[in-house]
Amino acid sequence: MKKSSKSIKPNTKKSLITYIMLVVAFVIVQIMLAAGEMSYMMQDLLVPLCVYAILAVSLNLTVGILGELSLGQAGFMCIGAYSGSLFSNLMETAIPEAMIRFPIALLLGGICAAIFGILIGIPVLRLRGDYLAIVTLAFGEIIKNICASIYLGRDANGFHISLKSVTDMNMAADGEMLINGALGINGTPKDSNFIIAFIILFITVVVSYNFVYSRTGRAVMSIRDNRIAAESVGINITKYKLITFALTAFLAGVAGVIYSHNFSTLQASKFDYNMSILVLVFVVLGGIGSIPGSIIAAIALTLIPELLRDTIVGDYRMLFYAIILISMMLFSSNKTFKDKLFGLVSKKKKGEVK
Amino acid sequence: MALLEVKNLSISFGGLRAVDEFNVKIEKGQLYGLIGPNGAGKTTVFNLLTGVYKPTSGAIFLDGENITGKKTIDINRCGIARTFQNIRLFKKLSVLDNVKVGLHNQMKYSSVEGIFRLPRFFSSEKKMDKKAMELLKVFGLENEASTLADNLPYGKQRKLEIARALATNPKLLLLDEPAAGMNPSETQELMDTIRFVRDNFDMTILLIEHDMKLVSGICEEVTVLNFGQELAQGKTSDVLNNPEVIKAYLGD
Amino acid sequence: MGFLSNLINGISLGSIYAVIALGYTMVYGIAKMLNFAHGDVIMIGGYAIYIAASKAGLHPLLAVIIAMGACTILGITIEKIAYKPLRQATSLAVLITAIGVSYFLQNIALVIFGANPVNFTSVVNIPSIKLFDGQVVISGETSAAIVISLLIVIALSLFIKRTKSGKAMLAVSEDKGAAQLMGINVNKTISLTFAIGSALAAVAGALYCSAYPILSNTTGAMPGIKAFTAAVFGGIGSIPGAMIGGILIGVIEILGRAYISSQLADAIVFGVLIIILMVKPTGILGKKINEKV
Repeated sequence: MKKSSKSIKPNTKKSLITYIMLVVAFVIVQIMLAAGEMSYMMQDLLVPLCVYAILAVSLNLTVGILGELSLGQAGFMCIGAYSGSLFSNLMETAIPEAMIRFPIALLLGGICAAIFGILIGIPVLRLRGDYLAIVTLAFGEIIKNICASIYLGRDANGFHISLKSVTDMNMAADGEMLINGALGINGTPKDSNFIIAFIILFITVVVSYNFVYSRTGRAVMSIRDNRIAAESVGINITKYKLITFALTAFLAGVAGVIYSHNFSTLQASKFDYNMSILVLVFVVLGGIGSIPGSIIAAIALTLIPELLRDTIVGDYRMLFYAIILISMMLFSSNKTFKDKLFGLVSKKKKGEVK
Repeated sequence: MALLEVKNLSISFGGLRAVDEFNVKIEKGQLYGLIGPNGAGKTTVFNLLTGVYKPTSGAIFLDGENITGKKTIDINRCGIARTFQNIRLFKKLSVLDNVKVGLHNQMKYSSVEGIFRLPRFFSSEKKMDKKAMELLKVFGLENEASTLADNLPYGKQRKLEIARALATNPKLLLLDEPAAGMNPSETQELMDTIRFVRDNFDMTILLIEHDMKLVSGICEEVTVLNFGQELAQGKTSDVLNNPEVIKAYLGD
Repeated sequence: MGFLSNLINGISLGSIYAVIALGYTMVYGIAKMLNFAHGDVIMIGGYAIYIAASKAGLHPLLAVIIAMGACTILGITIEKIAYKPLRQATSLAVLITAIGVSYFLQNIALVIFGANPVNFTSVVNIPSIKLFDGQVVISGETSAAIVISLLIVIALSLFIKRTKSGKAMLAVSEDKGAAQLMGINVNKTISLTFAIGSALAAVAGALYCSAYPILSNTTGAMPGIKAFTAAVFGGIGSIPGAMIGGILIGVIEILGRAYISSQLADAIVFGVLIIILMVKPTGILGKKINEKV
C-alpha cells in the first residue's frame, strides 16, 4: 500500500505549505505591529484583508471546485453582516462578554447566509454558465435592495418592522432603531480585530482544504469535470451542488460578520455587485481552484490601490489598477503574449519535454 | 431468470424512431455484443438503459426489478455501470481519484466527517485507497495512480473508464466501443482484460463494438441493430454469417 | 390615466434598455462573451455628446453622430486590444478582462471629466404630446426613445437578414470554424459587430442622458446591468428577444417604482428575471441546447 499513501502526499504537502505561509505572514505582521513599523493605514487594512481573503477562498469552492460562476458573494456577505450585527446589538447587554457573544454572532451570520445559499441554490441548479452568473448577480442585488429597505425598531410594545419608512413602523417615540433603512445598522460593537479575523481565515483555509480533499470534494470536482459521467457513477448532482453553495455562502456570511463588527456603521449599499465582481477577480487572478492563489490575489489587489495612493500615480491609481488587471489577464491567458515575453524560457521548456 | 431483460423498448426524437421495439435477454455472466452500422441506435440503447433518456415505451428489468424511467444515479445504484464512446473521465482528477469517485456510494462518510477529519474519514479513505489500487492493478494502471487522468495515453484512458465503472460495484457493465482507437495488440490485450473482469468480478457485460475481431473473439451472443430496429439476434458466429447482417454493413 | 402614463414611460425606458441590450446580445451571439464594458461605452457616448453639443455648441444631431463615430472607434479598439488576444481563452478570463475594461473606462472618465456629475442638455427637440385633455403628457424624450429604438430594431433585423455582412454575422454566431472555412473573415465580422454595438450604445447614451440628465462616470453601469438582464430575459443572442426583454424590464421597473416601492423597484426587476429563468432557463426567445451523450 505504499503507492496509495504516496498519492495522498502531494495534497497534504500543498495544504501544509499554505498553512505555513499564513502563519509566517501572521508572525511578520505581529512583529511589525510590535516594532511600530506599520502605518495606521495598513493597520486599518488588516481586518478587511482577512475578510477579502475569506471571501475569495470561499468563492473559489464554487468557481474553482464546482466550476460554476457565481456573482452573488456580496449578497451572502450582506446577510451575514446584517444578521450578525443585529444579534450583537440585541445581545450587547444580555451577553456583555465579547468573547462569547462574537463567536455566536459569527456562527449565526454564517448559518443565515448558508440558508440563503441553499434557497438560492435550489432554483439556480437548473442554470449554467452565464445564466447562472446573471441570476446570482440578481439575487445579490435583491438581497442588497431588501436589506436597504428594512426599518426595524423596538419599543416597550415589542418589535416593529416596515419595508417603507420609519413612520410606517408605528413605533413609540422612545423606541430604539435597530435597522434604519438605507442608513443601515449603527453602533455594532467593535468585536473584530486582526487576531480573530486571522484565526477565522485560517479555519476557512483548513475547512476548504479538508472539503476539497475528501469524498465530498471529489464528488464536487467530478461534477465539474464531467457532469454526465458523474451521474453515471451515482453522484447526486443536486446534493453536491447545494452543499458547495451552502458552504461558500456560510463562509461569506462569516466574513460579513467580521466585516460588520469592524466598523460601527453598516450600510447594505456596500454589498453591491461590484463587491461580488471584485471577489471573482481575486479568484480568477489567483488561479482558479488555487486556495493560496486566492489569498495572495485578494491581498495584493486590495493593497495595490492603497499603496499607489502615496505615489506619483496618486489620483490615477484606479486607472492603473484597471490597466494592471487587463494586462495580467492578457499575459496569463494569451499564449502568444506569454511566448513573446518569455520567448527564450518557453522554448527551452518545450525542448525539454520533447 | 435473466439478469437484464428489455421488453419492446422504444424512443422517438421528434418524428424519428431512434430505437424501435428493442428486446434483449442477457443471462448472468454473459458477454453480450450490440453491433450495427453507425447511427443504428446502439448508444441510444445504452442511454435508455442508464436513464439518460426516458423511453417512449417499453420496460427494462434488472435482476427482476423494473428500472424503467428511473434516474441515472438510481440506476447506477441498482447495478448498471457504463463507459462512454467519447471518453468521459474526470480530467483534472488523478487516476486514483477517478476510481475513488466510482467508490463514492460503496464506502461512505459524511461531508462533516470529511471537513473535520473525524475518525471515519481516515478509515474510509484507507479502505477506498486499497480498493481503488486493487482495481487499478487489474488494468495495469497502478503506476499512474497519481497522474492526472487527462495526461494518460488514450488506451489507458479507456481502461480507466472501465475501472471507474467497476468501482461502483455493478451487476451489469455496459461498454461503449471499448476498443475504439486501439491498435490490434492493444485490442488483444483489452479482450483479455474484459474476459478477466467477467471471470474474476462475476460480471455480466454488454458491449457495443465495431471491431468484429473483438466481437467474434469474446461475445457469446450478439444483437444487430439497423435503423433502430433489430436485424438479427443469436450466437455470434451465426449472426455474423447472416447475409442480412453482411448487407447492412457493406451495403448493396 | 396615471397608469397609462406610467406604462408609456416604462415602454420608453425599456426601449432604451432594448437598444443597449442589442449591443450585449449581438456581441454574445457572435463572440460568445459578456461585454461587461458595454454599459460604460454608453457613458463615454454621453460625454462625447455633452462636449460636442454643450461645450463646442454643435447641433445636437451632429453631436450624436460624432458620438456614434467616437464610440464605434472605441468599441473596435477595445475589441482589438483587450478581447481579440483572448479568443482562445476561457470565458471566465474574457469576463474578467471585460470587467477590467469597464474599470478602465470609468476611471479614465473620472480623470478627464472629474468626479462631479454634469448636467446633460437633452438632444431631443420634439414637442410633448398631450392626450386626454392633458391628463397624459408624453415628453419628446419619451416618444423619441420609443420611435428610435423601434427603427433600430427593424433596421438591424433587415441588415442581418438582407446584407452579406449580416449573413456573415449569423454564420459566425452559428459556427465560427465553419464560417471561416466558407471564406468569411471572422475577425472582420467580430469587429463589425463591436462597431455596430458601440454605435448603438452612443444612441442609447443620447436617449438615456436626455431622459435622466445627470451624467457621471458611473452613469452607464446600472443601465448596463439592467440591459444585460434584459438580453438574458429575452434570450441572449436573439434580437427580437432583446427588444421584448428590454421593454418588459423597463415596464416592470417603472410600474414597480410607481405602485409597489421605489426602493424595491430593482429587486422586483431582478425577481421577475429569476422567475422567468426558472420557468424557461434560456430566456423567452432563447434556443435550447441539448448536450449529446
